[in-house]
Parts: sequence; structure tokens; C-alpha cells
Amino acid sequence: MVPVSQETGQGASSIHEVLERVCRVMHIAEGFLPPAHAIAWGVASAPFVVHGVRSLTREVREHPESTLLLGASGAFTFVLSALKLPSVTGSCSHPTGTGLGAILFRPPIMAVLGTITLLFQALLLAHGGLTTLGANVFSMAIVGPWAGYGVYRLLRRWDVPLMVTVFFGAFVADLSTYCVTSVQLALAFPDPSSGFLGALGKFGSIFAVTQIPLAVSEGLLTVIVMRLLVQSSKGELTRLGVLLTRSGERKQEAVAR
Amino acid sequence: MSRNARINALLLLAVAALAVLPLVLGLGDHKEEPFAGADAEAETAITEIEPDYEPWFSPLYEPPSGEIESALFALQAALGAGVLAYYFGLRRGRRQGEQRAVAAAEAAAAPRDTPEGD
Repeated sequence: MVPVSQETGQGASSIHEVLERVCRVMHIAEGFLPPAHAIAWGVASAPFVVHGVRSLTREVREHPESTLLLGASGAFTFVLSALKLPSVTGSCSHPTGTGLGAILFRPPIMAVLGTITLLFQALLLAHGGLTTLGANVFSMAIVGPWAGYGVYRLLRRWDVPLMVTVFFGAFVADLSTYCVTSVQLALAFPDPSSGFLGALGKFGSIFAVTQIPLAVSEGLLTVIVMRLLVQSSKGELTRLGVLLTRSGERKQEAVAR
Repeated sequence: MSRNARINALLLLAVAALAVLPLVLGLGDHKEEPFAGADAEAETAITEIEPDYEPWFSPLYEPPSGEIESALFALQAALGAGVLAYYFGLRRGRRQGEQRAVAAAEAAAAPRDTPEGD
């Protein structure tokens, strides 16, 4: 890697500056997790992706009409993870777009769609990497969708309006992805003096500031797409349980009692 | 403009504002390289925390220049946007087709019901 050896000489003045640079990375770069970490994250991610492939094939077999919407969810992730946006910290990062698919089709299916996006970026763009694919899949395609979906379900249970739940679902999916990335980096590269927790604290604090405006953008974009879906695909959303029919609501209440 | 379209436009405007404000306010001015791409710098940073760390694997394919890389990123966004546009276009077309079919069926049935109709 030529750019690395060229730029190392310049040196960063403080550890804070160094950490700030690492934190801006969305996907961990190729070869930048020690082999043991890379293998461990790969092993952790594999079952989720396998399970996701099975739920994806089941969904397509049972509801062939949902293939189009599945494609659209994957496409949303493609668009958003290609959008590098400036943030208030003066650096660029990009959203993940995994919240929408997780809300529509549940997180396991998003594990597959997110992995496809990450593979595309790793193979064609040298963004992320094959050796770090496991770690990146874990943060963006597994933890992000599950966290976002969890918040979405929780808020729905409290009768929060649909679009508000969608916003916070997408917001949390985006932000939690970056939190996991910072944990992964802190585990692999603990601070020489304060160790893992010190590195995590620094990573986390900088992450939050850089990523919050982008997570807000992602939430708003997801709300726009969901609004368009509500206009165009009522039947599909009702079948997926995102839109509740009157009788469905009553049924749910009955179940709750 | 319908109320729906106006809300969507406002949401888009908010996203655009979130992206443009950091640039307008010059929030990147304190940096040597404001709003830089993160990857290469992050790689440098890790080698600075752990000077002995050697990346043990390099990408199979690396875009030869920044221009090619941004072209590939644009390709990724275009692919996604294309599929999304196809989806919404198809939905809209189907809805219009259904409405037209219903209207045509009603028009075909109507003349027989009205007394003045032949």
C-alpha cells in the first residue's frame, strides 16, 4: 500500500488527531484488522448471513411479488452507502441505508443485502476489504439493522406515528453501525496508555459528533422513501405489517390483552 | 403542489441543508485537508498508533486514480437510483393502468344502463 508508507512520515501531532482520522472510516480498510480479529468477526457474521440467505429465499419463494421491493431496499443501501457527505467535524462519511430494508423485511434479509453492498465496494472500489468483510458485515449488515429494527418495534408498540418510528429506526441503524466499527477498531488498536476503554471512549466521542448529522440525513431520506412507498405500495406494506389495517390493529390489541 | 409533495420537498431540503451547512460554515477549515476521504488517512492513522503494524493483505483491485474511484462510486449510486426509479415508475404505471382499466370497464357498462343511450 503505497499511500500508507508515503504518509506515515508526516506524523500526527497528537493521539486525538490520530484517533479522529481513524474514526472517520466507515468500513475498516483491507488488511487493517489483525488476522485473528478478521477471522473472529468473519466467524461471528457467517451464521447471520447464512440465516439471512435462507429467509431471503423463503421470502422470494412464498411471496414472489416482493422481489421488486427487495430489489428496491437493496438499491436504497447502494445509493446511500455511495453518498459521501460532509459533516460538522469537517470530515466526510457516508450513511448505510440499512434501516429501510430492516423495517420492511426484518433484519436477517438485510444481512444479505448489506453483505452484497459491502462486497461490491470491497471488490470494485477498494473501500472496505475482503479480509475485513466479516467485521464490516457485522457492524453494517447485522448490528445496524437489528438495532434499528429494535428501536422501530419498540416505538411502534408505544403507538408512536409510523414516520417517527421509521426516522428513529434508520437513525439508530446508521449510528449503531459506527459505534460497532469503533469497538472493533478499539479492540484491534487499543490506546497505548489507556487501553481498550480509553481508545473506545475517544473513538466513540468523535464518532458521535461526525455521524449524528449524517444519521439524521439518513433518517429523513428513509422517511421520504417510506412516504413514497405508502403512496405507491399500500398492499405490500400491509402484508409486511408496516401499515396496519383497522382489523389488524384490533387483532393486535386483542393479542396484547 | 399537493401537500404530500410539499412535505417530501421540505424533507429533501433539510437533507441538502445538512450536507451544505458544514461546507458553508467552513467547519473543515481547521484541517490540513478539509472534507477529505477517510480511508487512506485512516490507514495512516492505524500505522501511527501501531508503527509496527503491516497490512497483511491488499485489495485485489484498486481504482488507479481518484477520478476512476469517484466514477465507480457514481456507478454504484446510479445503479441504486436506477433500480429505485424503476420500482416507483412501475408502481405508478400499474396504478394508472388499473385506474384506466376500471374507467374503461365503467364506460363500457354505462351506455346500456342509461335510457337515452342507443
